Amino acid sequence: MENTAPQLFKVTIDNIEVEVAPGTTILQAARQIGSHVAPPAMCYYTSLKGTGGKCRACLVKVTAGSAKDPRPMPKLVPSCITTVQDGMIVENTVNEQVLETRKGVVEFLLINHPLDCPICDQAGECHLQDFAFEHGRGTQRYEEERRTFEREDIGPYIQLHMNRCILCYRCVFTAEQLTNKRVHGVLNRGDHAEISTYISKAIDNDFSGNMIDVCPVGALTDKTFRFKQRVWFTKPVTAHRDCEHEKCSGKVTLWYKGEDVLRVTGRKNEWGEVTEFICNTCRFDKKKTSDWVIEGPAKVSHHSVISANHYEKKAIPEFGFKQAAQQYKQIDDLPVQLPEGEKKPVGIVVRPDSK
Amino acid sequence: MGIKILTEHIGKEDLKPIDAYMKYGGYTAVKKALTSMSPDAIVEEVKKSGLRGRGGAGFPTGMKWSFLAKPEGKPRYLVCNADESEPGTFKDRYLMMHSPHTLIEGMIVSSFALGANTSYIYVRGEMMFVIRILEKAIAEAYAKGLLGKNILGSGYNLDLYVHPGGGAYICGEETALLESLEGKRGNPRNKPPFPAVSGLYACPTVVNNVESIAATSWIINNGGDEYAKIGIGKSTGTKLISACGNINNPGVYEIELGLSVEEFLYSDQYCGGIANGKKLKALVAGGSSVPILPANLITKTANGESRLMSYESLSDGGFATGTMLGSGGFIVFDEDQCIVRNTWNFTRFYHHESCGQCSPCREGTGWMEKVLHRIEHGHGHMHDIDLLVDVAKKIEGNTICPLGDAAAWPVGSAIRHFRDEFEWHIKNPSEATRKGAVYRKEAVFA
Ligand SMILES: Cc1cc2nc3c(=O)[nH]c(=O)nc-3n(C[C@H](O)[C@H](O)[C@H](O)COP(=O)(O)O)c2cc1C
Ligand code: SF4
Repeated sequence: MENTAPQLFKVTIDNIEVEVAPGTTILQAARQIGSHVAPPAMCYYTSLKGTGGKCRACLVKVTAGSAKDPRPMPKLVPSCITTVQDGMIVENTVNEQVLETRKGVVEFLLINHPLDCPICDQAGECHLQDFAFEHGRGTQRYEEERRTFEREDIGPYIQLHMNRCILCYRCVFTAEQLTNKRVHGVLNRGDHAEISTYISKAIDNDFSGNMIDVCPVGALTDKTFRFKQRVWFTKPVTAHRDCEHEKCSGKVTLWYKGEDVLRVTGRKNEWGEVTEFICNTCRFDKKKTSDWVIEGPAKVSHHSVISANHYEKKAIPEFGFKQAAQQYKQIDDLPVQLPEGEKKPVGIVVRPDSK
Repeated sequence: MGIKILTEHIGKEDLKPIDAYMKYGGYTAVKKALTSMSPDAIVEEVKKSGLRGRGGAGFPTGMKWSFLAKPEGKPRYLVCNADESEPGTFKDRYLMMHSPHTLIEGMIVSSFALGANTSYIYVRGEMMFVIRILEKAIAEAYAKGLLGKNILGSGYNLDLYVHPGGGAYICGEETALLESLEGKRGNPRNKPPFPAVSGLYACPTVVNNVESIAATSWIINNGGDEYAKIGIGKSTGTKLISACGNINNPGVYEIELGLSVEEFLYSDQYCGGIANGKKLKALVAGGSSVPILPANLITKTANGESRLMSYESLSDGGFATGTMLGSGGFIVFDEDQCIVRNTWNFTRFYHHESCGQCSPCREGTGWMEKVLHRIEHGHGHMHDIDLLVDVAKKIEGNTICPLGDAAAWPVGSAIRHFRDEFEWHIKNPSEATRKGAVYRKEAVFA
């Protein structure tokens, strides 16, 4: 019999080699290496089929298409939907063009954003905040009027702040995937496109709450939690219960303030993604500790403000490594007399916000 | 006058009735193709002809056809892109309203070549009268046994439908068109997969422009080699050019590719020169999306050669000193036209038409429009010019579909060639906003 074990593809991302199964996307391959080379993703969501390709945050440079055809790809490609080829070479954080384009994407996402983080419930767990902090330019060039919308209650549990929306379409795919009948979508075009229900219809199916979890920004917020507490002052605890809903995983994170459960969400992995969705009963109606089997404190991804009460900037190789290399060279070039056979001692200080 | 392939008989009599069309040799290509040629032989002829897509990108049609996947048990589709919404382009509409059967004949032979048994013509929704003309013509073709089951006894079946467009420029982008045809919101799809593999209803699909499809009948009748003899170099055949702006004879002209821009612009057979004895200031040669050219680069390329109406010659010099043939929307500006105002106007269009899926296009088009609006209305700053260049650069090449590029190019090229005019607007706001005021100082006219 022939060997049917799946052959692995060798891919190089930012000079790091990784072997992945055929069909893996560049983004997933990079995530296998680790968060320091994984491109950011604002619209792509692993557990939602059809997402990705829109926000352009994850654009990367492919400098060699494959071992067979090592030509570079002419344009930057969205890493979330581009599958790897054997021998592909990808540049993410080491490519100037990629980083410059990403700065542009941050800027584009922010020009019509209200920048109301101080009063936004999402602050602290907002992907746009993280994205802007890590990849943005820190100044703004936009002097025009921002487009605005009225706030809207869509259904009994969710409030829509369209001003904050970045049109990632995740909530649309959530409804498409989890419910039999999607009643909301995108109306209009361009920067006037908006998430809406047709003629203010309410969204009231048993899984609508998941839209809040998948929303990367504060556009869809939990009405039972609004303005209750900054998220970094609450303590996340993993818990589960036997939910009678067949599609509900019953696996959640409870967010405590003191003895009180302030909100219930799905469990997010280190990429901020929920893989097992929960029903509205678990999310909105089970807010007592006695409703749940507690598993323990939830792990929050390392660079989140929630875990540390402050931001820690990811050391981006472009800045950190370049600077380190430069400083190393300077030290190395120093004329020092050393005893025979001894190497020069080297010490480097890199601050997380080094630029 | 050069050879005409698509419009030869237009104007002789009303070609809308099928009998009139057949009097001039109409539908002979269908007969020839279905009774004496194999589908592969037709694809081969189209390849030999060197015909390039007339929808804007100029991709070789024969090659596109040969990429069509042919998996077992899946239907294949041919979709004609008649969504024509590019500002300055109105050639498909002209052909369809005067000679609908030219397109229908082309659809039949092309569908046969591709093995499609159901084909669609997606017509811009605003052109309801064209839709009615086409529907009537299709009904006539059914009545003559040229459509439907067992066409001309060949055993080949084809159903042809006209679909009114969704009322958006973006629905002309081929994958948005397919989404729209499927009854969804007209958002462009991520590529790959390309339509040739997964197009309409996830089946292999070819999308071609009206003019590309219409040209195939002539190629069947006369052979691909004959077609390749027309034109110049890799720009074979004829092209419909819709000319408008400040010229004496605006209208649609069928030209042999390779005609000089000078002759097209100034001869009485074509545009007839600049209207009212004015001087020429600028030209947009291929629809609003292509880079604008200043007077000194229109009839001559940067290295002094005569510029021709062909894919290669118009793009000579790259974007630094050249442009593109695009969809053939030939827009002429005389000395009284304001480039800043025009750039703002084009950008306003792209802002309005962006589908809003990808961040650079959705946000960038609006940003550029607002900045240009400010400059045009006397509230610009000097740093706005570089800002526009930078925003355009951040959009270009970073979007899902080419609408992003199409929005960026007019801005980039206008600033490249007319920077002094932008600066004048910013430095002299009260003068620049005076009604009818135009910058003339250092502008080059021809
Ligand atoms: C925003 C946008 C609008 C377009 N509009 C049209 C159109 O109205 N008609 C057309 O034939 N092609 C249009 N195209 C080009 C099509 O995507 C596609 O390339 C073309 O239909 C292919 O046909 P061809 O190979 O015969 O040129 C458009 C492309 C873009 C990006
Ligand atoms: S480039 Fe513009 S029109 Fe095209 S998909 Fe992106 S947002 Fe839509």
